[in-house]
Amino acid sequence: MKTALWNSPTDRYMNVITVENLTKKFGSFTAVDNISFEVGKGEIFGFLGANGAGKTTAMRMLCGLLKPTSGKGIVAGYDIRSESENVKASIGYMSQKFALYEDLKVWENIRLYAGIYGVPEKDIAPKTDELLKELGFEGEKETLVKSLPLGWRQKLAFSVSIFHEPKVVFLDEPTGGVDPVTRRQFWEMIYKASDKGITVFVTTHYMDEAEYCNRVSIMVDGRIDALDSPANLKKEFNATSMDEVFRKLARKSKNNEL
Amino acid sequence: MLKYLLEKEFKQFFRSSSLPRMVIIMPFMAVLIFPLVANFEIKNINLAVVDNDKSTYSQQLIQKVSSSGYFRISDVSDSYPQALRSVELNKSDIILEIPPHFERDMAKEKSATVLIAANSVSGTKGGLGSSYLAGIIGDFSNNIRSEWITASDRFSSGRFEISPQFWYNPRLLYTYFMVPALMVMVLAMLCGFLPALNIVGEKANGTIEQMNVTPVNKFIFILSKLLPYWIIGFVVLTICFIVARIFYGLVPEGSLATIYLFAALFVLAFSGFGLVISNYANTLQQAMFMMFFFVLTFILMSGLYTPIANMPQWAQYLSNFSPLKYIIIVLRQVYLKGSSFSELLLPFAVLSGFAVFFNGWAVLSYRKSS
Amino acid sequence: MRQFLVFVQKEFYHIFRDRWTTLILLVLPIVMIILFGFGITTEIRNTKFAVYDPSRDIATQGIVNKLETSEYFSLDRYVTSPNEIEPLFRDGEIGFVVVLGENFYENLLHTGNAKIQLIADGTDPNTASTLTSYATILLSSYQQELTGTAGGTIPYQIKTEVRLLYNPSLKSAYNIVPGIMGMILMLICALMTSVSIAREKELGTMELLLVSPMKPILIILSKLVPYFTISIINYITILLLSVFVLKVPIAGSLVLLSALSLLFIFVSLSIGILISSLVEKQIVALLISGMILMMPAVFLSGLMFPIESMPVVLQWISHILPVKWFIIAVRNVMIKGLGFSSIIREVLILTGMAAVIITLSLKKFKYRLE
Repeated sequence: MKTALWNSPTDRYMNVITVENLTKKFGSFTAVDNISFEVGKGEIFGFLGANGAGKTTAMRMLCGLLKPTSGKGIVAGYDIRSESENVKASIGYMSQKFALYEDLKVWENIRLYAGIYGVPEKDIAPKTDELLKELGFEGEKETLVKSLPLGWRQKLAFSVSIFHEPKVVFLDEPTGGVDPVTRRQFWEMIYKASDKGITVFVTTHYMDEAEYCNRVSIMVDGRIDALDSPANLKKEFNATSMDEVFRKLARKSKNNEL
Repeated sequence: MLKYLLEKEFKQFFRSSSLPRMVIIMPFMAVLIFPLVANFEIKNINLAVVDNDKSTYSQQLIQKVSSSGYFRISDVSDSYPQALRSVELNKSDIILEIPPHFERDMAKEKSATVLIAANSVSGTKGGLGSSYLAGIIGDFSNNIRSEWITASDRFSSGRFEISPQFWYNPRLLYTYFMVPALMVMVLAMLCGFLPALNIVGEKANGTIEQMNVTPVNKFIFILSKLLPYWIIGFVVLTICFIVARIFYGLVPEGSLATIYLFAALFVLAFSGFGLVISNYANTLQQAMFMMFFFVLTFILMSGLYTPIANMPQWAQYLSNFSPLKYIIIVLRQVYLKGSSFSELLLPFAVLSGFAVFFNGWAVLSYRKSS
Repeated sequence: MRQFLVFVQKEFYHIFRDRWTTLILLVLPIVMIILFGFGITTEIRNTKFAVYDPSRDIATQGIVNKLETSEYFSLDRYVTSPNEIEPLFRDGEIGFVVVLGENFYENLLHTGNAKIQLIADGTDPNTASTLTSYATILLSSYQQELTGTAGGTIPYQIKTEVRLLYNPSLKSAYNIVPGIMGMILMLICALMTSVSIAREKELGTMELLLVSPMKPILIILSKLVPYFTISIINYITILLLSVFVLKVPIAGSLVLLSALSLLFIFVSLSIGILISSLVEKQIVALLISGMILMMPAVFLSGLMFPIESMPVVLQWISHILPVKWFIIAVRNVMIKGLGFSSIIREVLILTGMAAVIITLSLKKFKYRLE
């Protein structure tokens, strides 16, 4: 496993995401409370937490969708507060809500996003064919996205989000509602992307998926309560699985949902 | 970047089952069907006749009324209450009661009185109907007079002749009044309503969130939503001109360039209005309701159907806030009166103001990141 | 029963959580009544006119004075040459121009050649013909005054006595209130119901409800209760506004009117259910209710435009609209003050429609469940 490589991300030049004391308040409610962490190039970084723990808010700030109340964040070398448009150009994003256009065909969706991210016109068509071949979707090029099964759509959405070879890709619960076989295939795609040097920042509810990550952070009530490799976390919390680690941490939450 | 977004919008537009059809049907609906329906013209008024005299004169009078083209004899009753009953049942609109001894009174007393009773629930119908009828009766009495008075006596001092004349629309065609204004409504629907619904649709589907994390600039995104509808709007407007030309022979007295110029300005303003709505609405239902509410208010305050001058003072002030009012005035002026741009500076200024206001508001209320 | 109440409560939550929709549902009738009541007015009031009077003598002074002192017209200005008329019309400020002949009084007394021309802006044909006919009536009465002073009445004159039934002051509001009532009740009941059921289908929560131990019919009923309540509130609002703001009295029996409205609410609710049983998506429900119900309801029901003036085909189409029959019946009861016997036909038609629609939708609904 590559896990060992990432135990101590000391080389700061290799960091793709750097977050220092990031905080977001909505009125009197603190959704994200003074979090700090770093993610290195090519790393698969798992972002865990119960519903309402602040995962999505943190992620939206990193993508430039929300302005932080205080603190600092650098993504792909750009400040998330002052250079959010540059951040957007160097990341990929796939949300838990399915976000391809249902009334566009498969190749049309790919062409749209490729075009938006500035992939040169002449490269789009050959790269599209290459991608479809890789996915085994050659026969579906002309299919409307709305008639694809959910698992296929998710795989396609992921491929679209890294089509322009971003430095980081943010995945917000990408495997929700997908069957185990497809989930397995999805994670294989994630590893492939990470091998190419794309940093993967992923939120998930599935604890078995947490085990696939190089490092995992667990958020409780807006704070990061634990951050390490799955193996170290299990050791630290004296647990046999990530699931147990998660339960032990979640018990501390003020608004205990579990 | 804009190129790819526009490609997407056009693909989605032509792929949807209803939009292209709607765009083709719309000009025909608005210019051909709608004027047939939205017709305040009063004709075929149902007349109940109570003839208590049954004389030559009374027969002649009824004959004259029924051949006038405005009235259709729906009921011949023996008494006024019976005729009233037919009005209550909505079989008749107006009662004409000729008194007993009508002919004798005319001959002897040189004067007689007939009764006109009109169902005035609809003020226009009751008012215009009874004045048409009174006019026909006046003509009839002139005829009788000329029978009784010899040529030498005919001149009586103190009489003058009144002749009405109608400018700009001498045949008083209602379609000439409505069609130019309806073209505006089509533009408002296509360029205000549809892009707004489209944006709210993307919001509801979550696809807008995907767009927000891309480097797509917010102005470019909105422009990509508006441009297709602007192009389609102008194609449809042109179709409207052609349809009006072919079916009604309606050609603008003024220049088409002026109309296009104002249409462009109006479209800019109304698209801005649509964007404001789309910024506040989160579901299609909300967007539809808000649109329905505001557009209805704009229409009713625009003088589309009835003149603004007839409204109470407060409503006249309110009407100044309806952008539709100005563009309707412009289209009617240019189409029927042949006004030139220099005569339309005021509406131009006001519409420009609306364009700045709505678009400014839309930009302020739109937030890609908060 | 307790379960049922819980469901009803849930429906109320849905409606009141959505602030925009609630606001629009409750405010819409108020705004509509006021806008339609004052905005669509065919009453002529203080229309401006200009005079071209080269003679300036006693008779012409009298004529201008006669027009000016009426409540319909107000004198805007004198023009000194016929060339000034055109620019006035182009500005759109003036309704008509009175053009008097030269040496008017001279001609009036001696040659019988005195002429008055009424030039009206024909852009809006109805207003133009109403204006000229009002002006003609005023001028004729002035003529009678003149001849009266100059020596006896005109011989062989048929006088007319005009009775304006139900609405003597010809207020537009009398015609509009029943129409709005029909429109609002239709909107709330049919449109809102169909959309809310379609939303549950779209979100998949309908299946959740259907697997609950509640009978499907009760689920549907629980969806109807809130809209039923809101339509009753709207009905009361409309009545209060029309009596106290628009000054349209309820001439007939309030009980009969309310019973009639309940019947119509029932019909509209069943239409809402029928639509929702046919569609799967909110937007489709919205479009069907909007395009197929609301548009024809506004235009073909006789709310704004007289049905008689429309092409026969459209008149036939209007027969299948429940709202048309409701409006006729409301006019009979509320405005004309007639009793039950006058609306038997309308009540039978509405009841029949309700029976057919309910049967259809129940069949459709059951079919879906199996």
